[in-house]
Amino acid sequence: MTPLAELPALPLHTAGKYVAAAYIVLFAMVLVYLAIISIRMSRTERELGELLERLDEKGPQAQAQPEPGSER
Amino acid sequence: MAQRPYGKGLRPLSIATVAAMTAALALVFFYAPLEAEQGFLQKIFYVHVPLAIVSLCGFVLGGLLAIQHLRTRDPRWDMRSYVAIHMALIFGLATLITGSIWAKGSWGHWWVWDEPTLVSFLIVFLLYATYQPLRFAIEDPERQARYASVFAVTAGAFVPLNFIAVRMSTSFLHPRTLSSTSNLPGSMGLTFLVSLIAIGLLYATLCKYELTVKHTRAQVRALRRRLLDDGAPARGRSAAPSALPDDDAPARPAPGQPDGLGAQRFGAGSAPGTVGG
Amino acid sequence: MSATLDTSPATEGERSVARPQPGLWSTVAAVMRKELLVELRTLESVPGMSLFAVTTFVVFHFALNRGSVEGDLAAGILWVTLLFAAILGVNRLFVADADQGGFDCFLLAPVDRTALLIAKAATLLVYLVALELVAVPAFSILLLGPPIGPALGGTVAALALGDLGVAAIGTLVAAMAVRTRARDLLGPLLTLPLFVPIVIGGARCTAPLLELSHRGAPSGRWLTTLGVYDLVFGLIAYALFDFLLED
Repeated sequence: MTPLAELPALPLHTAGKYVAAAYIVLFAMVLVYLAIISIRMSRTERELGELLERLDEKGPQAQAQPEPGSER
Repeated sequence: MAQRPYGKGLRPLSIATVAAMTAALALVFFYAPLEAEQGFLQKIFYVHVPLAIVSLCGFVLGGLLAIQHLRTRDPRWDMRSYVAIHMALIFGLATLITGSIWAKGSWGHWWVWDEPTLVSFLIVFLLYATYQPLRFAIEDPERQARYASVFAVTAGAFVPLNFIAVRMSTSFLHPRTLSSTSNLPGSMGLTFLVSLIAIGLLYATLCKYELTVKHTRAQVRALRRRLLDDGAPARGRSAAPSALPDDDAPARPAPGQPDGLGAQRFGAGSAPGTVGG
Repeated sequence: MSATLDTSPATEGERSVARPQPGLWSTVAAVMRKELLVELRTLESVPGMSLFAVTTFVVFHFALNRGSVEGDLAAGILWVTLLFAAILGVNRLFVADADQGGFDCFLLAPVDRTALLIAKAATLLVYLVALELVAVPAFSILLLGPPIGPALGGTVAALALGDLGVAAIGTLVAAMAVRTRARDLLGPLLTLPLFVPIVIGGARCTAPLLELSHRGAPSGRWLTTLGVYDLVFGLIAYALFDFLLED
């Protein structure tokens, strides 16, 4: 454990930038993936919202003519 | 036909991943001693090698899941195989990038042919990069899944063989410092193990996440089709398998529905204009 | 095809008792005979592959700006050229079957489906051997520095093992790629990474043989590697081929 005491904690001027780059790459890729998923999820949320709206519109009609086949 | 929810174990899994990754990072930067030869640069080892190992296992796992698909013909196995391979490919890309960064820091070149891990990863990456184009080139979903599974099994068997062959062919002029996991002193070994667990958990979490999202979207599509009977457009040509088996089929007429709407829909595909007719 | 495959429904029950299903090897022989006859009459694959190989040697001469090569370089040029010529053959392997209903005919016939795999792989093997009968002498005349005589035994052994692997993998990938939309592109893209271990084994094995100062016997280590690779992929192709044929 002694070498740690002699060398700088984060030797950013030498090897540090490469190590940082490697870890940042991993971090960035995970974040990009999260962003992609969140875009997909918001699209899904929007679709669900639309479905609910259309159901509300159809609601009165659907009650007037019950569709027996649509219950599963 | 209620399907088992994919997102069931997602919360504990993600919490475990966060904990493991935090522990791994703490160990890497505050506990593991500096290596004699390479100094601080060696710390990349703790992210590069676990990524490589998890990625290789992911590819083999994709092959095993594909075997299950071929045996049972259940499309859910194909979905799992697809996600496993997709994620392993991304982790493989991360392996190549981190390995390249290490090479640049260590020898001044962005690429070296002496690291068998990097080289065999390049070959594996090039092979699996054809997985999606192969899927996209086949339109019939059942055939697409079947051919993709055959590919996944072949490629999954190829991965270890390729690794061995490349390792055998590498010259021994440069010592393999980055990929050698033997003779690691205790503290480094522990750090490596924790990093490996963290990356493995990350892989599992992301795969589960992906499966859950895909399944949710397929459920919304199915809901739209059933509630609105509007013959919602099929997904169109896609390289990804669907999370629900009947997602790609044209809208089925509801059984027992009185003539009108039902009879009109008995041709191939469905006419969108028949809703509310 | 054999004239005995009469599947008239009325008497099928009787016939299946009187005439048992054709055996695996007779089916293989029948399919191979058809393939080789077609090739002999149309000369589609082998002359093209051989011409491609010889032309590539010429291109290499100009690209490398050398009159003769030896050792690693020689082995590399030989194997890469053979491999790319093999890919030409692999591309064409199932095209006739896919375009003219050959798959359907085969599926309707009451024969073991593995016979198609074995027959096509054996046919490809024959094409490769024919290719090498042209390419290796051409190589030794055009580009190879040291005389090939003493190296011939080891080179032939390495080529034989390499050919087996190429045949197994090539047939499997050809069957996968032929019924997709981008068959000419996907075929090579899929096969090249799978061929890399064969190139490694073959080139490493042949390189010392082609040095100016010969080193005698080919390395057993690499020959074993090639053999193991061939075995594994032969088994994989055998296990998976049926899944590609269903439709």
